[in-house]
Amino acid sequence: MSPARPAPAGALLEMRQVSFGAMRDQTQPVATEVNWTVCAGEVWVVAGPQRSGKTDLLLFAAGLMPPLRGTYRCFGVEMPVTGDAPLEAFPPVALVFDGGQLFNHLSVADNLALPLRYHERLPADAARRRVEPLLEATGLTPWAERLPQTLGRNWQKRAGLARALALRPQLLLLDNPLGGLDARHRAWWLTFLGALARGQTALELPPVTLIATDDSFEPWMGAATRFALLHEGRFTVIGDRAALHACTDPLVGELRQRELPTGACGPDTALSERQS
Amino acid sequence: MDRTEASAFDVSRTSFLLRAPVSRSYANFIGRKIFLFLVTMQELGAFALITLGVCARKLRRPVPLIRELICEQIARCGVRLLPMFLFVALALGFLVIGQTVAVLAQVGAIQWLGSIMVVAVVREIGPLLAALLVLARVGTANVVELGTVRALGEVEALEALRIDPVHYLVVPRVVGLMLGTFALTVYLILGAVLSGYIWAFLQDVPIRPGEYFSQLAGALTYPDFALLALKTAAFGFVIAIVTCYHGLARPLPLDAVSNATVRAVAQSIVGCVLLDALFILVYLNV
Repeated sequence: MSPARPAPAGALLEMRQVSFGAMRDQTQPVATEVNWTVCAGEVWVVAGPQRSGKTDLLLFAAGLMPPLRGTYRCFGVEMPVTGDAPLEAFPPVALVFDGGQLFNHLSVADNLALPLRYHERLPADAARRRVEPLLEATGLTPWAERLPQTLGRNWQKRAGLARALALRPQLLLLDNPLGGLDARHRAWWLTFLGALARGQTALELPPVTLIATDDSFEPWMGAATRFALLHEGRFTVIGDRAALHACTDPLVGELRQRELPTGACGPDTALSERQS
Repeated sequence: MDRTEASAFDVSRTSFLLRAPVSRSYANFIGRKIFLFLVTMQELGAFALITLGVCARKLRRPVPLIRELICEQIARCGVRLLPMFLFVALALGFLVIGQTVAVLAQVGAIQWLGSIMVVAVVREIGPLLAALLVLARVGTANVVELGTVRALGEVEALEALRIDPVHYLVVPRVVGLMLGTFALTVYLILGAVLSGYIWAFLQDVPIRPGEYFSQLAGALTYPDFALLALKTAAFGFVIAIVTCYHGLARPLPLDAVSNATVRAVAQSIVGCVLLDALFILVYLNV
């Protein structure tokens, strides 16, 4: 467990002595006494065994449930923001769900357009023009009119990513983004996330701070800048890549070396550039 | 600081009542049923108030997307059900009204036709039958759709996109069902009255169209129109709230959606009948 320390300047996310519950039963604590600070420009990977609460951590970080104890601030705003607040009152955080969690009655393009149509009150054709660059950047243009259930998991996850980017977030939370992908798609994700982190996508987004969860550190060894472990209700900040290599915790060692079922593609060069 | 804000009647705190073995004491059994009824009423009341609150707040800054969704729901709850309602109106006219007219003519009480038709069709059978048909066609679909939406995690996806799930999923259904039930009731009544005369005509009942319709029109009062609108909209509201509540209020595994649908139908019927009883009191005092 990480000790509480003052938040450095530029912290986007600050948790102090936080306990949070599960989404299905918010009174049931998933992790306690979490102290975590995420600064702009960092790429975090939170790993842990399955059912350790990684998804609940991201749902909580996205402001979908209140903390049971402690204080959680995101972009200086105490979370969660509730009531009838306008979009501007919410911190610019977006969440990419593991399965994409697309709306099955809407086409892929309409899924991406939904937040724009709701928050910016755009008519359908104007929203459609706004999502075309997103479809193009994520390679979804050929499937824009398809319903989500007709797409494979690889493309559903990509559509979930594109939808999360529609509101131009500065902090992107990704739940198991590489899980269940084939090697080609995994390589695309690592490359695209690297470009997002540097602000070098065709979408003209500023650099986006990333927090991803995974069952293993292995595919992120050359990609992420900061690492943390979530296991048995304890959230442990490990540190940078050197600290991850130096960590003697047997579980961290196992997660460092664990191969993903579909085969990892190795460190991504685009993301590795960020380390230097 | 403890920020848990679970309701005293949160399902996680009251579900032990459902799991508990059935008491052998009759009084305890009745007491448990009454308590569960009160819990359900409280939860439905809270959900209705939340929905009304969202409606009131969002009216200040209407969202064009929600307007489109409301139009879709009006089409779904009204226009698309019209053929079925016209069929039921014909059946109701032939089976009930036509025969009533024939019997009244036989016993020489045709002067009571207007009063009987207004009480039977305009005040009672029309609105209640329309509500039950809307419940069967749209209410059940609401529970299945929203239960599936909840089970697949789409509600969390809406919240992550800062879209109010009640505003996006419930408000259009509530407005659509209220307007749809009202409009369909009017068509049902008109169709039934018209087909009732056709049936009477085919049976050679000695009554002219002018006499038939003037008796009906003469028996109607202005409060009948106002109360018909109010009652049918209230039926639509009850059906929408109960079905949306059972679909959305708690996370459902997919295999629990069918049970939720059965509960929603039963509670909607009870709700509509109780509301109907309330309106009878209003009619008696008008």
